[in-house]
Amino acid sequence: MPTPLPALTIDGLIKDFGPVGALDGRMVRVLEGVSLQAIHGAVTVLLGANGAGKTTTLECAQGLQRADGGVVRLLGQDPSRATPELRARVGVMLQDGGLPPSVRPLALLHHVASMYGSPLPVDALAERLGLDEFGAASIRRLSGGQKQRLALACALVGRPEVVFLDEPSAGLDPQSRTIVFDLIRELRADGLAVILTTHLLDDAQRLADYVYILEGGRTVAEGTVADLTADKDADGMRELRFETVPGLTLPPELLPHLHQREDEPGRYVLRGALTASDVAHLAQWWDARGVMPTAISMAPRSLEDVFLDISGRSIR
Amino acid sequence: MTAAATPARTPGTAAALPVRVLRHGGYEALAMLRNGEQLVLAIVLPLLALTALVITPLLDAYGPSRVDIAAPGVLALCTMSTAFTGQGIATGFDRRYGVLRFLSTTPLGRSGLILGKAVAVAAVLAVQLVVIGGAAVLLGWSPRAEGLLPAALLLLIGSAAFTALGLLVAGTLRPEATLAVTNLVWILLAAAGGVIIPAASLPAAAEPFVAVLPSAALGDGLRSALADGVLDPIACLVLLAWAALAGLAAIRWFKWS
Repeated sequence: MPTPLPALTIDGLIKDFGPVGALDGRMVRVLEGVSLQAIHGAVTVLLGANGAGKTTTLECAQGLQRADGGVVRLLGQDPSRATPELRARVGVMLQDGGLPPSVRPLALLHHVASMYGSPLPVDALAERLGLDEFGAASIRRLSGGQKQRLALACALVGRPEVVFLDEPSAGLDPQSRTIVFDLIRELRADGLAVILTTHLLDDAQRLADYVYILEGGRTVAEGTVADLTADKDADGMRELRFETVPGLTLPPELLPHLHQREDEPGRYVLRGALTASDVAHLAQWWDARGVMPTAISMAPRSLEDVFLDISGRSIR
Repeated sequence: MTAAATPARTPGTAAALPVRVLRHGGYEALAMLRNGEQLVLAIVLPLLALTALVITPLLDAYGPSRVDIAAPGVLALCTMSTAFTGQGIATGFDRRYGVLRFLSTTPLGRSGLILGKAVAVAAVLAVQLVVIGGAAVLLGWSPRAEGLLPAALLLLIGSAAFTALGLLVAGTLRPEATLAVTNLVWILLAAAGGVIIPAASLPAAAEPFVAVLPSAALGDGLRSALADGVLDPIACLVLLAWAALAGLAAIRWFKWS
């Protein structure tokens, strides 16, 4: 079977900024060799702290910046010389949105749609992302989450094969987050290559098929979340995830040494040094409450542990 | 190819180039005409200037009919307000908000954005020509018929030169600075740049400097065309030179982000 062509290939990407006045006019190398691939039908996450080079990497892939070294191929072409036909196959959501504040949201979406030959029906997309509720307010009156949803709609309206989402969860309230994350999973199921950046480990954990960790302008680790959190010299399990009905709260005295959180409705994660008796206590509690999980998984490390190991510091 | 490699949906295609450019031009023109401050700059101030020049004796030294001297200058003023000040400010803030970067990732692209802006400037200028020209006709303006074609040519080159200058300012300065600079330059050129008062009537020491300004070339050129019915070749060349220089400078120094 032939290997499918990746939607995006970046090999040894180098990018310099400057000259910087504060550094006596020297250039600053912000990307020192980023390499990654993104395929169709998968969510590829660029994870890293602020300043790691995620946005610059995306901008080189989108053709907004020209690479100073290395190779960037987007759908087999050079994005810095993108034709309108190539741009029509690629959707972009910028970190700062790129939205004109004085325009009404749906007017902007209609305008962006008019740049494409066969755009999605604007009204259906607007309804799906809850944009119709903004009414006649101009963009400057929208909340951060509302602007994010509008920017996402603008990225998707042209029926792209590849979408770049720079920090898509920034400023999202929990409800918007669920809408946006569900949509991202749907895009993946539709066969799109979704490439997104985040500095939030939870986003990566929840969405990523494949993660690249960026640090100091380099890709320092890559793999599926399962690959990255698997540990050769594991001294036990440190993370337990389960899915079941939403809204459960474990009594604090049940597993006091474990940190518990409900990531999104019905998806729970417990972190800390896990023992077999912890699992037994948990199972007893489920049984007593009449709850049966639909999925359970354990990992020797959390993505947070992985990041800490690699960079020697916490991501936040 | 595997199923996962071939997206099972209608692939994205681009609208045709003229459609993209005209849609964007219309969108920007409407935005300019809906903006209150821009409307004041584009319509209200030129109308006030026209009225003031017709009811005061300011231009009596330059010809028998006040309105015949005033109207071409006010049209030059309109070109500056729309192509330079209005478009420069809009572009400066679009750059700040990342709108230029976002739109350049759509099939519109950077070249489509620039072409769309040119269309928007032309559309707003057409509205100004109808409103201001109409008002001037009501005030007794009778432009020379043989001067209409030369005037159209000068307006075309002049709006290209001022659009390029506006983009140069908007693409190199912060939007607040663009706002200040484009307004200040507009006022200075309107007052002493040969737009309304012919360059030849300025103090002798200033005249050669003012005559090579794009404002004087456009103002004097339009007066020659519409009042005397002749094409001023020097004015044409000066405007062409400004359009070329400012265009090259904008291409060289314009920052998209």
